[in-house]
Amino acid sequence: MSTLAAPASKNNKSMILLNGRIIDPANGIDGVGHLLVVQGKISAVFLNGEEPDLPDEVDRIDLAGKWVVPGLIDMHVHLREPGEEYKETIASGTRAAAAGGFTGVACMPNTRPVNDSYSITSLILAQAAEGSARVYPVGSISKGGEGKILAEYGEMRKAGVVALSDDGMPVVDSQLLRRGLEYAADYNLLVISHSEELALSKNGAMNEGYNSTRLGLRGIPGIAESIMIYRDLAVAECTGRPIHIAHISTRESVSLIRRAKAKGSLVTAETAPHYFSLTDEAVGNYDSRAKMNPPLRTADDVMAIKEGLKDGTIDAIATDHAPHSVLEKDVEFARAANGIIGLETAVPLTMNLLRNGDIDSGRMVELLSLNPARILGVEGGTLSPGTVADITVIDPDLEFVYSVDKIVSKSKNSPFIDWDLKGKAVLTLMAGEITWSDLH
Amino acid sequence: METGYHFSHKHILSLEDLSSADISFILQTADSFKEISTRSIKKVPTLRGKTVINLFFEPSTRTRLSFEIAAKRMSADTFNIASSTSSTTKGETLVDTALNLMAMNPDIIIIRHSFSGAAQLLTEHIETSVINAGDGTHEHPSQGLLDLMTVMEKKGRIEGLKVAIIGDIAHSRVAHSNIIGFTKMGASVCVAGPGTMMPPAVEKLGATRCNSVHEAVADADVVMALRIQKERQDDSLIPSLREYAKYFGINRSVIDLAKKDVLIMHPGPLNRGVEIDSEIADDPRSVILDQVTNGVAIRMALLYLLMGGD
Ligand SMILES: [Zn+2]
Repeated sequence: MSTLAAPASKNNKSMILLNGRIIDPANGIDGVGHLLVVQGKISAVFLNGEEPDLPDEVDRIDLAGKWVVPGLIDMHVHLREPGEEYKETIASGTRAAAAGGFTGVACMPNTRPVNDSYSITSLILAQAAEGSARVYPVGSISKGGEGKILAEYGEMRKAGVVALSDDGMPVVDSQLLRRGLEYAADYNLLVISHSEELALSKNGAMNEGYNSTRLGLRGIPGIAESIMIYRDLAVAECTGRPIHIAHISTRESVSLIRRAKAKGSLVTAETAPHYFSLTDEAVGNYDSRAKMNPPLRTADDVMAIKEGLKDGTIDAIATDHAPHSVLEKDVEFARAANGIIGLETAVPLTMNLLRNGDIDSGRMVELLSLNPARILGVEGGTLSPGTVADITVIDPDLEFVYSVDKIVSKSKNSPFIDWDLKGKAVLTLMAGEITWSDLH
Repeated sequence: METGYHFSHKHILSLEDLSSADISFILQTADSFKEISTRSIKKVPTLRGKTVINLFFEPSTRTRLSFEIAAKRMSADTFNIASSTSSTTKGETLVDTALNLMAMNPDIIIIRHSFSGAAQLLTEHIETSVINAGDGTHEHPSQGLLDLMTVMEKKGRIEGLKVAIIGDIAHSRVAHSNIIGFTKMGASVCVAGPGTMMPPAVEKLGATRCNSVHEAVADADVVMALRIQKERQDDSLIPSLREYAKYFGINRSVIDLAKKDVLIMHPGPLNRGVEIDSEIADDPRSVILDQVTNGVAIRMALLYLLMGGD
């Protein structure tokens, strides 16, 4: 089974999205127009006042004042299935994705068991066939994610993985990382690194600094991340292979990647909305909803992340959607699990960057759609005629309170609960089929 | 107390939460309770019919006993629950334990726990008043208060004093509460110890970080030695207790740098010969036993104030 065979449209009908602002940076498009979808594919884009002559049976959706963008792709989520279905399932996770405007998600392999095989990948894709978003499984770099020996990349590739990662843990053994990069080349698979020097982060519960001192919590210094990124870049460079750095959170990480890119390294990087929306102040009085790994950092790091998003150092915004139940979160802070859900807040939080002038709308589409598609080598990311009709419609002015009862994900572990947010995906189409609609 | 003051806390979780007016008020209240402990019948009926639970997840005979005596002298009924927090015990969660206790309608829960924030977590799930008797490496407010009381008693003031705290500042909830408490009351606090035991941004808590024990102790009015946990050797924070004692222990030559009438303090229990020399612990200027006595008075005051006495 191939990921590319994910839900094709059973719909022979046509649909036209009228009067929306069409933002498609891959084709240099940003203007009001209409977009025609026929049989699950984008058929034509009409701009500059061009009016199509359409038969009556074509469904018409008026999107005046809204943005029409290529379907958003989250290249870093945890769907928890198989093994921890009480936190999230592929069904609930992809529903949350659709609600957040995502048409595709890459799911990390730290499930139970770990996705290190043909059979687990196949199982994930079989479940995903009924889901509300495309699921791109990421296989593990090492067998069992244990960092000891290589997993079977050929078999996993055949089953449909799009990348490899031991996310949740770094590949500590530099030789294994090197072998992983070399061997991944044979199957044209991207390696995604969770960069963390464990000796420095051991037992840490939050960013090291005044707030960790104030709360009496073991700190995780920023260098626990950047030292490992430096190592990862060096190993990748030595193999001549691309590497993707997951969830960067510090100024130093941004500048290391910026420097590597300037030298021509094949590195790409992502950050998560919480790293540009919050600082370690959000931990407040031991609020475990603000606990994740890497931890929330300082205002200066937040500034550097924004600069990286603006200048192209950071290629993608990925949520690191990490559902946990109260069992893992409602405990002593140091014992609480790392991670927050993120699929349903990514759009409004990213739009805060737009409103503050950090990035423009074209860049937003690059970060949330075009670049993830290119980095993972999957379809989508553009609104080019002939491509699959994975489309997200955003209402940039829609204001809402992100209350617990509105959360679609099975888990509710978010530091953004009860925040006033602005900007929301109101219509999500996968291959021309509506997977989420807030329009009526 | 100035007019208009009202003690309005439901819990005692940290000295960070208390204002200097709160602290002064608690110290005054404790002072008035101290006399009870000197009577032949050391009991007042103030908290008759009230239930106090000592929920101790860490072994601590001294603090538990101090709270228990305080509660009994106020005529409260006390119950002790000892539990283990070892991460391998897959038992009841703290929240479950708290909800179970709630069902028994206690008036005050006193919690000692090895994880920072445990007392705070308790307050998020139950209605009962909570006193933090030490949570991880966060705070130990009643210890901070009894230290303030002891200094106040001996010196007549806190403001303007120089307080030196020596040892493992990073992992000491006692140091943390004392830095905050003494700073709030107008003292200047200097900390010193091995670099591995200095918390990041300690200056932001209000302390001055000194480069040496000598610098911290010079002209100090109060010198407090912290207990060194033997486990810290395994964490690679110090190579040996022997070396620690030699370079960071409080001995005669160190104490001679302080003011002549320096107060020598230690939260106990003592590792004699490690963080403090025996002769210094037993020096006439040592107030270590006064700290213990005042501990009972402070805890009586806290129980009383949380029960609405004022
Ligand atoms: Zn990760």
